Amino acid sequence: MIDFEPDHDLQRRIDAYRIVARQIMRPISREYDENEHARPTKFYELMWAGRAQAGLEVGPDKGARSNRMRTLFTILAAEELSWGDVGLFLQIPNPGLGGAAVMAAGTPQQKERFLKRFSEGNPKWAAMAITEPGCGSDSAAITTTARREGDHWVINGTKIFCTGGKMAAELSEGFVVVWATVDKNAGRAGIKPFVVEHHTPGMSVVRVENKLGIRVSDTAALVFEDCKIPLDNVLGSPEVKPEGGFKDAMATFDATRPIVAAMAIGVGRAALDFVRDFLSERNMEIRYGLSPQRLTAIERDFMEMEVQLKAARLLAWRAAWLLDNGQRNSLEASMAKAKAGLAVTQITQKAVELLGPLGYSRAYLLEKWMRDAKINDIFEGTQQINLLIIARRILGYSSKDLN
Amino acid sequence: MISFELTEEQRMISQTVEAFAREEIRPAARTADESGQIPPELVQKIWELGLVRSVIPEASGGDGGQRSAVTGVVAAEALAYGDQSIAIHALVPRLLAYPVLEMGDQAQRARYLPLFAQPGFCAASAALTEPRWDFDIFSIATTARGSGSGYILNGEKCYVPLARESEFLIVFASCGPAVEGFILPGGCPGLVVGEREKNMGLKALATYGLTLKDCAVPAEARLGGERGINFNRLMSEQKVAAAAMAVGVARSAFEYARDYALQRRAFGAPIATRQAIAFMLAEMAIEIDASRLLAWEAASRLDKGEDALKESYQAKNYTASAVLKICDNAVQILGGHGYIREHPVEMWLRNARGFAMLEGLTTV
Repeated sequence: MIDFEPDHDLQRRIDAYRIVARQIMRPISREYDENEHARPTKFYELMWAGRAQAGLEVGPDKGARSNRMRTLFTILAAEELSWGDVGLFLQIPNPGLGGAAVMAAGTPQQKERFLKRFSEGNPKWAAMAITEPGCGSDSAAITTTARREGDHWVINGTKIFCTGGKMAAELSEGFVVVWATVDKNAGRAGIKPFVVEHHTPGMSVVRVENKLGIRVSDTAALVFEDCKIPLDNVLGSPEVKPEGGFKDAMATFDATRPIVAAMAIGVGRAALDFVRDFLSERNMEIRYGLSPQRLTAIERDFMEMEVQLKAARLLAWRAAWLLDNGQRNSLEASMAKAKAGLAVTQITQKAVELLGPLGYSRAYLLEKWMRDAKINDIFEGTQQINLLIIARRILGYSSKDLN
Repeated sequence: MISFELTEEQRMISQTVEAFAREEIRPAARTADESGQIPPELVQKIWELGLVRSVIPEASGGDGGQRSAVTGVVAAEALAYGDQSIAIHALVPRLLAYPVLEMGDQAQRARYLPLFAQPGFCAASAALTEPRWDFDIFSIATTARGSGSGYILNGEKCYVPLARESEFLIVFASCGPAVEGFILPGGCPGLVVGEREKNMGLKALATYGLTLKDCAVPAEARLGGERGINFNRLMSEQKVAAAAMAVGVARSAFEYARDYALQRRAFGAPIATRQAIAFMLAEMAIEIDASRLLAWEAASRLDKGEDALKESYQAKNYTASAVLKICDNAVQILGGHGYIREHPVEMWLRNARGFAMLEGLTTV
């Protein structure tokens, strides 16, 4: 039966995140935007300590949430926390994209081995390294290599735009999932995910990027020079099959794109809430039910922003719900991501505009949200890549037919 | 509990109605648009699908099914996927049947509901919209003034579907601070049905202007009796129905353009292989799904008995602009061919324009 309202239990858990967002994230939001490479260590510890109660991902199939609601719960939480600060959300010690890759491609033993650490000890991060200086969206063009040498894989190459890479590789006992080719002639089939443990010799963080927004989130460039890792650190099967590793990378995106959509939605809601309160303090309430001819320009803009945000949210919820119910969701995940990324980019830009000269000022967080929002239309597949994926699906085309 | 799954029954209705729309309604759409006439046999066939009768109580001769806005939305989308004018025409009786079913008093239910359990199509309608550029549902200029034990109605209405052939009509009028509904017989003195209206689209749908001049009605004509009606809820139901139909029209335009793009070749390949076209189609697909989910959201709130004025307003406004953009894109993808009346996309574009300005043509 169609129902888009979270039940009581789910709502209660989401409310807990709302408090975290409001009371823990918002107060430090500006500080870590201005001091770009400072580390909010107190925040890490708080979030790490509270992760079990909050039902955050704490290892393979563990945690307070049932599997049936897993992704849905995650995206609801992501929206709340991103409402607080999306950069800080990305920096919460957690398995992140590296963990998602392990979940999507790893064997049960590997899941246990790599994810167990997130339920014990100090705060940890896991990251995913896929983009290279010479290839972004075209991830099949990866040049980083993994060569088998006795009882090791030897990894060589350069990765960039690795979210949380510094935290995962050098500042915690985490790991980085590196996508590398075992056979350049095999194309996509030769690309495999490898787990490289923190502080592995041969792996080094050479740079942390300076960015438009989400400044507190570290975006690392990593170099691998004859980096040796154990044989069983390749996720899934090491064999080169036509339908091999690349499919796993794509499966990872099916799970993470709805989360990115939810992050965007959180930022968009922050901006909308701010504008609504701002107007309300000036005795301007939004009136529903009137004909468009009777509305003020601000009301029309606001309503448009609000409904765009809701449309994006429903698409994200659907993509998550499908995944939780064991159904294929690649199309729907890309729809949610494409819609949310663009809608929220536009919503935050419009919000800045609506406040006139005040919107541009760093006295408010609105300008920051506009900068933060933009990343959601870029990472985890740009707007255009997601449109390509959608188009191929609705047209029945392969990536060769439509590129 | 969040769920995106229709019930078994809703899926069945969706499939049945959509199959009917594809096989019976779509082929009749162009002729109906050009001639301004919908074949009565077709209307009768749709009537026999039982989309109105199914929720009329058994006591009134109906099937006694549970009325659901979500089910109504699903059926409206499927029907409009065939043709918007024909879909609206077939569902016009709901404009009277459903408000009576939901808010009518005992006597009104007993009197009017049996009409909709009959085997033959029963035309009945409602008059909401008024001929003013800034009309909206919260500024109804038509008035109902108490007079003796009854009311005197004055005002002007437009876009009243099937007004001429309807046995009964609900007229919405301001009655003190509230808007109330009054059930009038078709030939009631003081009620003058004007010429059939001529519009850009929805040309197959017969709509009329109405003039009410000192039209006296008895107290029993007031819908819901002394208690009156929940006008916001009726409007929410109408808005969500319009949103659902818009999704159906959008989907027909999208599918037509998609199939055309797959087969039409330019520069040695199907135009669908070009990103300029493929991305338009991808965006259309996103907007169709987003629109449908907004309609479902508002409908599911209605089914829970919650207030859904804001949600249905959002759903309708969003889908009204989405469907226009989608139909426009469909015409664009067909290029010059899209402008020619040989293809249906220009008709869908004309029809789609109506969603933004027309209220009160259908309900769930």
